[in-house]
Amino acid sequence: MSYTDATIQLLSPEGTLVENDVTAQYLPLISALTDEQLLEFHRQMVVIRRFDVEAANLQRQGHLALWIPSLGQEAAQVGSGSALRPQDHIFPTYRQHVVARMRGVDLIKVIEMLRGLSHGGWDPKEVGNFHLYSVVLGSQTLHATGVAMSMTLDGSTGTGNPETDGAVLTYFGDGASSQGDVSEALVFAASYQAPTLFFLENNHWAISVPVSRQSRTPLYKRGEGFGIPSVQIDGNDVLASYAVTKQNLDAARAGGGPRFIEALTYRMGAHTTSDDPTKYRDEKDLDFWTAHDPVPRFEKFIRARGASEAFFADIKQEGDDLAADIRARTIALTPPPASSMFAHVYAEASELMQTQAAWLANYESTFEGGAA
Amino acid sequence: MTIESMSMAKALNLGLKKAMTENEKVILMGEDIGALGGVFRITEHLQSEFGQNRVLDTPLAESGIIGTAIGLAMGGFRPVCEIQFDGFVYPAFDQITSQLAKLTSRHDGKTTFPIVIRIPFGGHIGAVEHHQESPETYFAHTAGLRVISPSNPHDAYWMIQEAIQSDDPVIFLEPKSRYWPKGDVDLDASGTPLYSTRVVREGTDLTVAGYGPMVSVLLQAADIAAEEGTSLEVIDLRSLSPIDYAPVVASVQKTGRLVVASEAPGHVSVMSEVAATVTEQAFYSLEAPVLRVAGFDVPFPPAKLEANYLPDVDRVLEAVDRSLAY
Repeated sequence: MSYTDATIQLLSPEGTLVENDVTAQYLPLISALTDEQLLEFHRQMVVIRRFDVEAANLQRQGHLALWIPSLGQEAAQVGSGSALRPQDHIFPTYRQHVVARMRGVDLIKVIEMLRGLSHGGWDPKEVGNFHLYSVVLGSQTLHATGVAMSMTLDGSTGTGNPETDGAVLTYFGDGASSQGDVSEALVFAASYQAPTLFFLENNHWAISVPVSRQSRTPLYKRGEGFGIPSVQIDGNDVLASYAVTKQNLDAARAGGGPRFIEALTYRMGAHTTSDDPTKYRDEKDLDFWTAHDPVPRFEKFIRARGASEAFFADIKQEGDDLAADIRARTIALTPPPASSMFAHVYAEASELMQTQAAWLANYESTFEGGAA
Repeated sequence: MTIESMSMAKALNLGLKKAMTENEKVILMGEDIGALGGVFRITEHLQSEFGQNRVLDTPLAESGIIGTAIGLAMGGFRPVCEIQFDGFVYPAFDQITSQLAKLTSRHDGKTTFPIVIRIPFGGHIGAVEHHQESPETYFAHTAGLRVISPSNPHDAYWMIQEAIQSDDPVIFLEPKSRYWPKGDVDLDASGTPLYSTRVVREGTDLTVAGYGPMVSVLLQAADIAAEEGTSLEVIDLRSLSPIDYAPVVASVQKTGRLVVASEAPGHVSVMSEVAATVTEQAFYSLEAPVLRVAGFDVPFPPAKLEANYLPDVDRVLEAVDRSLAY
């Protein structure tokens, strides 16, 4: 599955704006962006790609149990993430590292999860409502829809004030699109006209299973079937991702009900570091998508608009600095105390937790040198 | 003291109404709970009183109900979800056990999930498949959930309100065989903390313990045993997670014998856990092994066989006799 006649593209693979009847409604949103905002898109994509390489290396060197790369999907994520307002909520899968960073998550928190030190790591209220990663595919789309329903019920959306009206963006993938929870989320969002934007990153693979096994129809048409306005975009076009997401978020926050965007992109790397795409992937596919790599495409665009060599040198340095910082901090990480596993199982006091925590502490204190 | 006689169904309805009146963030969600008032009419008239934004007739999707309740809790609400029948909770199993139960811990306690999941459970109503089950063990086995079950109208009235006030997720098991018999409800005071066991009849020869639908069976058994000269102490566990063991252990230290009973199958059950823990904590007081009276380890049978399947007074008394014969 690749681009279709329905795919909305604002930036051609050659790095020039696509001007036609379809793009006409979106291009003003691009024209409204400052040069600084456009450069910021590129900075985020380049820096996260450098981070991604470093994290994969840390896994290969034994410092992480696993790494989940986002290589190739930067434009879909940076574009959609840039369209969000501070009051919006984001429900990620486990691959939106750059959106986490854009909302204020210290990426060492993602590293801690994959080093086996935590199952969460941040307080969504402190990082722009960027919720915790979700490992059970599609489960988060229901949580997102519940938050969106809460906005409808308490009147914090749909008032006509874009500065305060909320919306919820949930990411999910082509594999998750087969999960029942996603269908139920679409039903609930449509039924209650909740301001949920379903952002499907179709990266063409669910580990080794191709999207053709998930669906015989383009996935954005699933949204239409639930009565939800749905579009397909070129997910490797950061401008399309930004503009189409912004338009749909604004429609949702204005009381227009849920929206669905399928972003066509490609998982250029492995599912995770425990995967081996050479066992199932046709390398010709990779060639096609390498030619559609979102980062060089956008670089051509901003170079043509006069981005300086100093800018490119700066963002390369920023990526290298982030990588070095993450490496140093990763290696210095230490496990949390064993007692922490009992600490927040229940919100209210639990005698069972207190008893078991005390037993473990006492037991471990009997070992020579303290805890085992 | 204001005492009123009412059914458990009515007590639950009044308890929900009071909770909704006291806190506007309390909302009800479920299938057919609005205009119909639920298939057991527990939520009758609540939608007309509080409106469709407080009593949500949901699409028919249990995972969707619990999954969106999680989001609604993140958005500041206190959802009370109705699962229509015990056997329909399983489509929501992932959202309850993998999501809801773990999310407080995953958030380091900085976000809490005050969600109540009401499930009518158990047999005795002669219904079709999937309508008479006892799923409590799955939830009691899952860290992060509280699991409780009232056995009488008074407890139902208070426990539903206290469950709604709890910041932890609560699985609230309503014994549907006890929905209609009336009992006295003290509308002024609960008298018993939420997660605590209560001795409901004092005795000296043997302790019988159960919860939810079994408590009335145990009380009937105690009446019959008394006629035969045997004094049974009857314990209502009320809470299956956590379990308040102290009253059970104290009782066994007095009587020396314990029979535990549940409609749920006995294999790897809540009552197996009670038997194991009491054996650990009261070993030198026991005159006989702890005996279990339970549903058989089979799928809940067709309705015309439920009398053969469900533990009744005679099966409780059979176990009492076996215990006393040690």
